[in-house]
Amino acid sequence: MSDPRLAAAWALLPGYLGQHVLLSACALLLGIAISLPLAVAASRSAAVRWPSLLFASFVQTIPSLALLALFYPLLLALSSLSVATFGKGFAALGFLPSLLALTLYSMLPILRNGVAGLTGVDPAIVEAARGVGMTDRQRLFQVELPLAAPVIMAGVRTAAVWTIGAATLATSVGQTSLGNYIFSGLQTENWVFVLFGCAASAGLALAADQLLGLIEQGLAMRSRWRLVAGMAGLVVGALAALAPLGLTASAPARYVIGAKNFSEQYILAELISDRLKSAGAATELKEDLGSTIAYSALKAGEIDTYVDYSGTLWANILKRNDNPGRQAVLDQLTTQLKARDGVIVLGSLGFENAYALAMRRSEAERLGIRTLDDLAAHAPQLTLGADLEFLSRPEWASVRDAYGLKFARQTQFQPTFMYRALTGGQADVISAFSSDGRISADDLVVLEDPRHALPPYDAVVLISPKRANDARLLSALKPLIGKIDVAAMRAANFTVDRDHDKATPAQAAKALAAKLGL
Amino acid sequence: MTKRYGGVTAVDSLTLAIEPGTFTALLGGSGSGKTTALKTINGLVTPDAGEVRVDGRAIADEAGWALRRRIGYVFQEIGLFPHMTVAENIAIGPKLAGWDKAATSARVAELLELVALPDGVGARLPAALSGGQRQRVGVARALAAKPAIMLMDEPFGALDPVTRDALGRDYRALHEQLGLTTVMVTHDVWEALLLADRILVLADGRVLADAPPATLLAGHADPRVQALMETPRRQAERVRAMTEGRA
Repeated sequence: MSDPRLAAAWALLPGYLGQHVLLSACALLLGIAISLPLAVAASRSAAVRWPSLLFASFVQTIPSLALLALFYPLLLALSSLSVATFGKGFAALGFLPSLLALTLYSMLPILRNGVAGLTGVDPAIVEAARGVGMTDRQRLFQVELPLAAPVIMAGVRTAAVWTIGAATLATSVGQTSLGNYIFSGLQTENWVFVLFGCAASAGLALAADQLLGLIEQGLAMRSRWRLVAGMAGLVVGALAALAPLGLTASAPARYVIGAKNFSEQYILAELISDRLKSAGAATELKEDLGSTIAYSALKAGEIDTYVDYSGTLWANILKRNDNPGRQAVLDQLTTQLKARDGVIVLGSLGFENAYALAMRRSEAERLGIRTLDDLAAHAPQLTLGADLEFLSRPEWASVRDAYGLKFARQTQFQPTFMYRALTGGQADVISAFSSDGRISADDLVVLEDPRHALPPYDAVVLISPKRANDARLLSALKPLIGKIDVAAMRAANFTVDRDHDKATPAQAAKALAAKLGL
Repeated sequence: MTKRYGGVTAVDSLTLAIEPGTFTALLGGSGSGKTTALKTINGLVTPDAGEVRVDGRAIADEAGWALRRRIGYVFQEIGLFPHMTVAENIAIGPKLAGWDKAATSARVAELLELVALPDGVGARLPAALSGGQRQRVGVARALAAKPAIMLMDEPFGALDPVTRDALGRDYRALHEQLGLTTVMVTHDVWEALLLADRILVLADGRVLADAPPATLLAGHADPRVQALMETPRRQAERVRAMTEGRA
């Protein structure tokens, strides 16, 4: 336990594990509740069998991450419809979309094994059941289901393992799970976290599988102790995992702080959280949100505050591609987001995290590239490495069109691996962030943008409409405005992103606060 | 009464009355329609035309399951429920009829004795029994709710000859003792001759002959029936010749 990262991982375990167990157990129970009656109907009628098996198979072909992501806009639309009709909405982020996606995901193995188990009952036994005068219902519950139970349980086991594994992806729609270790570990190159998250989720899946296996054996061998031991194990395990949640559930009104999926966001979220805690408030972090998910979650009041960037909001929310200058963008955002969505732009933190194209200094000097105009001439021989969002963002379209950029190849990476690709030579140009500590650490140059095709990216604190008049929140966050310069932010980011002697985002946030005298 | 499956007529305009207390055998080869005819009696098969009456009441007037609780049914595959003990299998009928626990377990004990199964079999699972024991359990299960009518479809067909003969004789004795009305489907002429009071010979869904065993053995106008009865007659002659020759 000498590694502080391991200690940090252990400290987070009760909360993450509890959420993970709660989510997977609810999804599995709901999956069973839907799939079993459907399997009974499907085993009786081919008209039900083919459509339902086809649907479940189809759901399985959708990548689980996409399935989770699709439920968010769907629920958001339903929620606003419900607000319009009943005057009351529901949370479209976090638990609900994760639950629905995982429930769908768990259906196929239960349904398929259910149908196989029920149709596989010996016809002579079915005839005997009818012959002794059982009704259809009695035949189902006294003969067919007990005989099909081992096969059905095998399906439930498969579903449980799938669900527990896929639940790690729920992190991306704002549901805390063991996936938080993996997502944030990947972003900050904290491999201890990634391995810890994988081991915890695999261990949980294995334990659930073994206990369900005991129940399956108990059913197949008609062994009562196996049945009881398996069930008791599941119940005790679930209660133990859920206990920490019950202890925190009664905490006072909490502030939910959002963060996108990179180190700077984690650090700023921790910084905001620390500010609120020292003002006596409880906080909760929702990390690893996609850009547009974060804004719509804020608008809907599912998160109370997060840090976004003026250029991102300008292009994605206001759909603008002109560039009237840094201050004008900030001013117009402040008035228009307020008028449009009731979202408060509290102010700029004082630094920019702009999208920029960066190259290795040696390569840039060899080719004589200083600006994007210079780059355009060499681009057909070069490879662009981009993060997962960049190529589909309007900023890329505008910089591409302004300079006529046409690369030999374009490849997408997780931000972490993008920098590795650049230093390793698999990419020649990358979409970098100007506040990234790795720019100076890796000796990169940021290419100039003489045509101002890329909008300014001031880091701004956003407040949800719900908290617009929340004095405690506003007074806790106002001291941050204008306080953080790009050097301070770059240094903080680098302590998290570097390979050796890494800090956690929480440690970096504390160090940053101390440096700023907050 | 008529029943068709696709283009095949399994039972062709059969008209039949069965008297209470009799033992009737439906004798025929495979595809003769004997099993289909039997299953129309307890509603496992619904005829396309005509009707079946039990105790003077059309069976279409009541739920199939209610009718089947009043009629015992034994078939070659037996169909014991593998997840229930022998005692639980036998207790199914009384349980469905809503008997109380004490009456049910007394009945199970009584039936185990009636079908001559050793003590302690009740707690075992069907998989632990021999074929003959399993069929005895099948008979006990069919009798458990005290039905007046027993339907048997090749009940002893899968057993070895010695067990088959013993079980046949034991069942015939039960039939007398309990005053049952039994209809048994078989393809075995010997079994029909030795157990039944009345034999219906079926072929292609039609009745070729309907008479007591002795009458059929004495001779019949239909050459197919005549040929059918020729075999046991000749076999009986040869066995008698052998036993007399040795004596």
